Amino acid sequence: MTVQALAEALCLTPLCMPEPDREVEGGYIGDLLSWVMGNAQSGDAWITIMSNDNVVAVAVLTDVACVILSEGVTLDGRLRELAEKKGINVFSTELSSFAVGAKVAALL
Amino acid sequence: MAALTFHYDVDGQDFSSAGEASVAVKKKLRQLGFPSDVIRRCSIAMYEGEINMVIHANGGTADVLVEPEKITIILEDHGPGIPDVELAMKEGYSTSTEAIRTMGFGAGMGLPNMKRYTESLEIETEVGVGTKLTMVVKV
Repeated sequence: MTVQALAEALCLTPLCMPEPDREVEGGYIGDLLSWVMGNAQSGDAWITIMSNDNVVAVAVLTDVACVILSEGVTLDGRLRELAEKKGINVFSTELSSFAVGAKVAALL
Repeated sequence: MAALTFHYDVDGQDFSSAGEASVAVKKKLRQLGFPSDVIRRCSIAMYEGEINMVIHANGGTADVLVEPEKITIILEDHGPGIPDVELAMKEGYSTSTEAIRTMGFGAGMGLPNMKRYTESLEIETEVGVGTKLTMVVKV
C-alpha cells in the first residue's frame, strides 16, 4: 500500500509528503535512534515521538517509507523543509504509538 | 582501479547537522551502483561514528575509500579517547549525558552497531589524545 493511501486510511495529518507513492512494506516503533538505525527496515512506516533533526537523518539512512509522529508530536517549519528536501514523508497523529502501530499492522 | 576517496569534516558544535557526511556517502554509493544492503551497512556504521564524534569528541574527520570489493571508513578525532574499549563495546553501556539521551541518543548501541554492520572494526585510542576507527564493509 502506498504512503498516501496509508495516511488517508488512518486519517494521519501530512506534515510533508514529497514521495506519496512510496510503498509501505512494514512498520517499526522506536525512539532510541541507534536502536532504530539497527532495526528499522527499508520500506517501514517508522512510528516515533522524536521530532529533532536527527530523525530526518535516521529516516534517510534507514530508507523508511515514512515517519509517523505519534501522541500529537509535530515538526516545526524548518524541519518540515529539511524533510521535504531529503524526500522524507512525515505525518502526525494524536494516537499513541501502540494504537497507530496496531492500525498500520492491520492494514498491511 | 584506484580507490575513490571522499573526505568530510564533522562539525562538533552542530548537533543538528550530524549525519550529513553519512547521508552524502549514502547518495554517492547509490550513484555508484552498490547493492542496497552494502549501502545500508556503510551508512549506519558511519552515522553511528559521526554521532559519537559529535557527542564525545567535539567533531573530527571522516575518510571513505571506495573500492569495487570493499568500502573502508576511517573516522578520526582528537577527543578524550576511550578508557575501556571492552566496556564501550557492550550493548547498553553509555557515558552520554541526559541532554544527549533526550535527543534519542546515548542508548549504548553506537559501537555495537558499528561492529554488527561491518566486517571489521579496528579501534586505536589513547586517553587524552583521541580515537581512530577503521571500519571495512565488504561488497
